[in-house]
Amino acid sequence: MHVNWGALVSVLVVSLAVVVGLVLLFGLGLRGIAARDGRSPVPGVALAAVAFAGCAAVIGLGIYVIVS
Amino acid sequence: MDAAVLITIVVMTALAFDFTNGFHDTANAMATSIATGALRPRAAVALSAVLNLLGAFLSVEVAKTISGGIVDESQISPAVIFGGLAGAILWNLLTWYVGLPSSSSHALFGGLIGAAWISFGADSVHLTKIVEKILLPALAAPLIAGLVGFIATWITYRITRGVPDRLVTKGFRFGQIASASLVSLAHGTNDAQKTMGVITLTLISAGHLSPGSGPPVWVIVSAGTAIALGTYLGGWRITHTLGKGLTKLEAPQGFAAQTSAATVILTSSHLGFALSTTHVCSGGIIGAGLGGRERDVRWSVARRMAVAWVLTVPAAAVVGAIAGKAASLGTGGVIGVAVVGIAVAVGIYLASRRTPVGPAHVVDELYTPAEPTPARKVA
Repeated sequence: MHVNWGALVSVLVVSLAVVVGLVLLFGLGLRGIAARDGRSPVPGVALAAVAFAGCAAVIGLGIYVIVS
Repeated sequence: MDAAVLITIVVMTALAFDFTNGFHDTANAMATSIATGALRPRAAVALSAVLNLLGAFLSVEVAKTISGGIVDESQISPAVIFGGLAGAILWNLLTWYVGLPSSSSHALFGGLIGAAWISFGADSVHLTKIVEKILLPALAAPLIAGLVGFIATWITYRITRGVPDRLVTKGFRFGQIASASLVSLAHGTNDAQKTMGVITLTLISAGHLSPGSGPPVWVIVSAGTAIALGTYLGGWRITHTLGKGLTKLEAPQGFAAQTSAATVILTSSHLGFALSTTHVCSGGIIGAGLGGRERDVRWSVARRMAVAWVLTVPAAAVVGAIAGKAASLGTGGVIGVAVVGIAVAVGIYLASRRTPVGPAHVVDELYTPAEPTPARKVA
């Protein structure tokens, strides 16, 4: 019997890294939107734009994985 | 019996399995989105159906094996495939009736194991592969997804601390739709192709296609349509269990659960250690429940799900063995299995009408299966 333990560990590590990154990006995006209402909206908008663009890139990667 | 009749019956049975696969697994992608209010129930299943259909057309690289080496595929005949499909369909219907998510792939494996064992003996089943392809992934999937979902939920709440609740809810609902859509797309690509593989191998074994052929267009279209129709039907009983029965989810938890599930499914598929969508999504929801504010998971429901997962392969194998043996006897056997199968399916459907669960129930907080329910639109 051959169990690919390496792949199993990789699944855990990669999934954890991607999800943590994605959740952080999305949360930062929401923080950026919330900061729009402050005295200077530009940094908040910029933060949100960068964060959500990162999320969109990860989703694009997911679609690529499905298609490929 | 006339080979054409047997092939026709096997193809129809494969499409029926694809249909049950669709409505059985809708919940995996959409239960949390419905539960948190990210999508209305009908909109959720419509979106999932479209993405399942689209997924079926994304790739035509049909799986070279339909059992992943669990059974000796050189001995697989249309009668064995028919028996395997019958076992898988019956298990899907039974678990749908009691509202428990279970792996359609494992049900198909179980049915094929039973049918091959009874037809060709124990040597035709590779027990080590059962451990590699079924037991270990079934244990690993909920643990990995649960851990990832738990950590994701914990971070989700902390990173948005101080952000207005209304914005948090609205934002995570939006994000949840994207991750649920990815799960639906992946499901359509993987599971519709499974049926395409079954039908293609059946056609090859009957000499209607040359070995190594890809699926004809009509196979791709019919498999995609069957899984999309099943998905649109909704499988509301299982959706209720995953969306409301396991834990009460807020939007950040739903986002964390669904994003974790999508990531684990795609990562495991990409790294060559395929995990069941059902097991991953269930684990993600449990992890999100534990990582949330109330840390509330209904373990009695989780235990019932675990029992269903343990029983999936042996139960489908028993039915697959009986159906496979009967089918190998000839025309009468195949027709007999088909008639009994249809009768059982109708019986399960009629029994389900006594305690209907429809779209409205999956957003009701106080619904309990034991109570009589008002007449509603039901699927």
